[in-house]
Amino acid sequence: MTETRDGRVLPVTDLSLVVLVGASGSGKSTFARRHFKPTEVISSDFCRGLVSDDENDQGATRDAFDVLHYIAGKRLAAGRRTVVDATSVQQDSRRRLIELARQYDVLPIAIVLDVPEEVCAARNAARTDRADMPRRVIQRHIRELRRSLRNLEREGFRKVHVLRGAEEAESATVVTEKRFNDLTHLTGPFDIIGDIHGCSVELESLLGRLGYVEGAHPEGRTAVFVGDLVDRGPDSPGVLRRVMSMVEAGQALCVPGNHENKYGRYLKGRNVRHAHGLAETIAQMEGESDEFRARVRQFLDGLVSHYVLDGGKLVVCHAGLPEKYHGRTSGRVRSHALYGDTTGETDEFGLPVRYPWAEDYRGRAAVVYGHTPVPEASWLNNTICLDTGAVFGGKLTALRWPERELVDVPAERVWYEPTRPLRTEAPGGADGRPLDLADVRGRRAVETRHAGMVAVREENAAAALEVMSRFAIDPRLLPYLPPTMAPTATSEVDGYLEHPREAFAQYAADGVARVVCEEKHMGSRAVVLVCRDAAAATKRFGVEGPTGALYTRTGRPFFDDRKTTEEILDRLRTAVSDAGLWSELDTDWLLLDTELMPWSLKAAGLLRSQYAAVGAASAAVFPGALAALEAAASRGAEVTGLLDRQRERALDAAAFTAAYRRYCWTTDGLRGVRLAPFQILAAEGRSLAALPHDEQLALLDRLVEHDGSGLLATTRRLYVDTTDPESVAAGVDWWLEMTGRGGEGMVVKPLTALAHRPDGRLVQPGIKCRGREYLRIIYGPEYTRPDNLSRLRRRFLNHKRSLALREYALGLEALSRLADGEPLWRVHEAVFGVLALESEPVDPRL
Amino acid sequence: MFLTISLNGDAAEPATDLGYLLHKHPGKAQRFSTSYGTAHVFYPEADDARCTAALLLETDPAALVRRGKGKGRGGAPDAALAQYVNDRPYAASSLLAVALSTVFSSAMRGVCAARPGRAAAPLPLRIEVPALPARGGAALVRRLFEPLGWTVDAEPVPLDTEFPQWGDSRYVRLVLESETLTLAEALRHLYVLLPVLDDAKHYWVSADEVDKLLRAGEGWLPGHPEQRLITSRYLSRRWSLTRQAREALELVRLAEADDSEVEAIDNAVGEETDAEERPTPLAVLRREAIVAALRARGATRVLDLGCGQGQLIQELLKDVRFTEIVGVDVSVRALGIASRRLRLDRMGERQASRVQLTQGSLAYTDKRLKGYDAAVLSEVVEHLDLPRLPALEYAVFGHARPRTVVVTTPNAEYNVRWESLPAGHVRHADHRFEWTRAEFRDWAAEVAGRHDYEVEFAPVGPDDPEVGPPTQLALFTIRTEKEAKAA
Repeated sequence: MTETRDGRVLPVTDLSLVVLVGASGSGKSTFARRHFKPTEVISSDFCRGLVSDDENDQGATRDAFDVLHYIAGKRLAAGRRTVVDATSVQQDSRRRLIELARQYDVLPIAIVLDVPEEVCAARNAARTDRADMPRRVIQRHIRELRRSLRNLEREGFRKVHVLRGAEEAESATVVTEKRFNDLTHLTGPFDIIGDIHGCSVELESLLGRLGYVEGAHPEGRTAVFVGDLVDRGPDSPGVLRRVMSMVEAGQALCVPGNHENKYGRYLKGRNVRHAHGLAETIAQMEGESDEFRARVRQFLDGLVSHYVLDGGKLVVCHAGLPEKYHGRTSGRVRSHALYGDTTGETDEFGLPVRYPWAEDYRGRAAVVYGHTPVPEASWLNNTICLDTGAVFGGKLTALRWPERELVDVPAERVWYEPTRPLRTEAPGGADGRPLDLADVRGRRAVETRHAGMVAVREENAAAALEVMSRFAIDPRLLPYLPPTMAPTATSEVDGYLEHPREAFAQYAADGVARVVCEEKHMGSRAVVLVCRDAAAATKRFGVEGPTGALYTRTGRPFFDDRKTTEEILDRLRTAVSDAGLWSELDTDWLLLDTELMPWSLKAAGLLRSQYAAVGAASAAVFPGALAALEAAASRGAEVTGLLDRQRERALDAAAFTAAYRRYCWTTDGLRGVRLAPFQILAAEGRSLAALPHDEQLALLDRLVEHDGSGLLATTRRLYVDTTDPESVAAGVDWWLEMTGRGGEGMVVKPLTALAHRPDGRLVQPGIKCRGREYLRIIYGPEYTRPDNLSRLRRRFLNHKRSLALREYALGLEALSRLADGEPLWRVHEAVFGVLALESEPVDPRL
Repeated sequence: MFLTISLNGDAAEPATDLGYLLHKHPGKAQRFSTSYGTAHVFYPEADDARCTAALLLETDPAALVRRGKGKGRGGAPDAALAQYVNDRPYAASSLLAVALSTVFSSAMRGVCAARPGRAAAPLPLRIEVPALPARGGAALVRRLFEPLGWTVDAEPVPLDTEFPQWGDSRYVRLVLESETLTLAEALRHLYVLLPVLDDAKHYWVSADEVDKLLRAGEGWLPGHPEQRLITSRYLSRRWSLTRQAREALELVRLAEADDSEVEAIDNAVGEETDAEERPTPLAVLRREAIVAALRARGATRVLDLGCGQGQLIQELLKDVRFTEIVGVDVSVRALGIASRRLRLDRMGERQASRVQLTQGSLAYTDKRLKGYDAAVLSEVVEHLDLPRLPALEYAVFGHARPRTVVVTTPNAEYNVRWESLPAGHVRHADHRFEWTRAEFRDWAAEVAGRHDYEVEFAPVGPDDPEVGPPTQLALFTIRTEKEAKAA
């Protein structure tokens, strides 16, 4: 506690439960107002008012405190400092607050306003609502307060500030202190080093491989030790010496492991069992000086159980830590960080069974830890265990952060026989463990790199859950769903609803000069995941058997039988191999966005029930109706206008039939089936969503060239400069020519694929311009009639555009997470979001 | 949207009397406004020997879309309610029936001051409907019209002559001939049976018009051999009317995104929702077997995983020993129906507190499902694609780990005993597979082995000596004593 001439300075931790203790009238509310944010303070009077409309209604006290504790709990759970403004002079009322602080693992801090009775009484007398408060109430408060004073620390308050007298209370200031574990301002880069257990030779060689020279890194990297420096191995003093000097020199951070914790207790003279390798450490330390042992004792004493680093993105501790304990301060958190969570059972070797906390982990911060020896360090749900059993003859492993690269050195020998064989404790992935419903259910917000939080509404998530569960393929093979695409702004060109001029203009307005026009293949959207072989699929995606997947835009398998899928994958695979793309892209798998033709292959049901049905009905009705009208006309009935209209309708209906027929043809097995890839979405370790489209198309052209099976189809394209009127005119002509021959239309995309507007917002990744005849399938046979067109021109595109961008951001997110090797649930979360958004209400004709 | 009505005659009884009977002059072309567009009446031929009146309805697409306008933003019509590409402008649908009743209302009532005798007498009539939507095809058309005294010529219209392999469309070219019916009867037949045959999902008439339709059936509907079908199609159409207004449209949109029909995705609830009125004995036997197994295990807190419309829950509620019954289904629609049929909103608080319905999915682990005495998977596994079965297995046996698990599934061997089931077919369109007894036992034994359960099997329904029972049941019991206690 600091004394200055200007008054007491009271350090208060940034995340804590501050309990003001003082009699009625002692100035708690004034104190709180002066030193804390208004929202940080909850007063019992205010809560009384909330439940009873009367801040002084003592009958409402019980309910008022329920509310107070509830609000305080919510704030603490959210990691917000909370100040409780109530008399809190009775031990019982403080006990509940200490329990609350413990429940949320924050420090309970007491600030006592020990103000004389006269001052309190005078202040109360000045308040109309308290003027008639009996003097004995204040006397009782002060009696109880005095009785409490010396017990506050024993009660569990981790800091106690007692302000004696009105003057001291007036002049005191509060300073906010960071928690010891809060090192969010340090951004590294870090080299996080796993359990060493006295293996000093391995440590030196690992530090060497990481580039450290005499404990310092020339590029200013910081080493972080996850603990268990000592016990079992040959040279615990050597390890301690190295680590301590690095920490003292500011080259390293260190969190304690259970082993040094126990050794520290031994050094303090506590009675501990000399088991699990402690005996070796004690013996080795015998040879060291008293001074060194004292240094070690002091060092171990000062270790902080876990650190939050790099803006909150990284948490380092010894035994792993659930998200709710990150940055918290309590005995429970410390013991969790040191020993981890156990189920209470013991295994066949008599060792405690660890609770698989990492399986449940859903936090945004990466948790890097050790403690449990595993054969290989691997990520699970954004956590990684770096204890690769160096002392048991495994290896010593480090993780480079933020690079997320693993660096390891093998153990020189088995230094200590393990009690149980090393085994991977991380389940999931390979054995088909499904995702958790909590990953996807209900209202959600998915964080994306390119569009911030994307919200998913509950009813949309519910629909997506049904489709995903009942119809979709294995989520491990479903790392992406394509976003919807907005059409071009409505055209005013006579006879046209859509025309490329508006699309070019829109990109020009967005600051995108170079665009590519890609032919739209009227088939069905298909995403293809193709692996080099079944082993590659097993290795990367954890599935046994399939060599990839071919799925629709809602994640359903394109073909009911796996054989057809595998046949297509096989043809594609051959083309990839012959084009040399595996090695060129350094990958064993590719994810492609494609169109599968003919449309009739998948949309057969829709064709029968809707499109061909309309054609059939119109073809059946018009000959008779027209003949009847002609006969009536010849009898002199006034039907000319009607007859003309019906003739036009008959022509429109015939044009409609012709339009859908262009996208139908007969297939036999795979004969007649075409696949037009238009983007390579991802390969191992990288998202290709930002690869410029000319490079994309060059890669895809090579695929088509090397396809001997006739499966793959080229995507025709034209490059246009949206700022050059001649180039734009050429683009329009290209579209007119293509759609005039019955083509579906085209998609205009920024050449760079991923583009931002000058204000930083995402640009539409593509704008579709559909052909005049093709749109009959969408808007009905007669949409081109002038009255229909003028009605249809009043269409609203904003929601569709917004939806397209949100889905695009989620799709990009899924690909980035896949590239970063993030856990399945993280990839699935984004993919599921796309499917959910697809069920949002939007004009389906857009 | 077109049909013709012809009358044959001679000099004594000229065919042109049709003009009097219909109250429309054969020399003129007339137009009438209806709620769905303009109806035109004109006569392609009119002499003593033969007179033909034509009714043509020009639908107003704006009116159709307006009526179908949904929740889409910016006033845009919603997917489910407005179909832009639809057959309404061409086919002789329910809309034409509405036009018929508007334009020929007097004729339908048999009122004709000018020719009262002919209006009351049977006439030689011929009716032609070139594009009649007919769910049930030409055969049903005959079954509906022939008992009424018509000679029926119904010829299916092919879907697309360029793609003969697509087969026939749902339209038939219909010609009706009769000499035993009055014109009013003929019109009322059309008025009722056009919509029945149409059976469209998108049927935008209001409920009171449906009642009008029913009234038009008076006099001939009660004796009709297909009365049940006619009536039930009315009812189902009214039901679908309300369903469209009420049910969530998210699945419709997902189907649309996938170029699929809605029925391909939104099919968790079977077509025949009136199953409770004619319970199939096997379903009853199955529920009895399941409840008996749960009782024998002393289960009180029970999960019904894939509870569907809640039939089993209804059974469990009757026994107070089941204190906590949780129905889980992935289909929100099914849960809605279950909630309605269980009358959860009107149940007493104590009763209602025993039941909980929640959306869940066995493709995901779900913490909420932990710690129950028993879980029932009744006719559920066969609705999953085989490659997705390990996910369900882990979610139930690996993660939720109830003490008892009851699984029922069809016995594929028994299918040969279903006379109505074509050989090699599964019992339900959504069954992704059906297992033989050996296949089921192998799967169950592997699951039990992997997750430390014991399993025994029981037949449900008559145990055929050759092919076994229609339904097979596996009863899993957790082996780990510790977990049993923990649960």
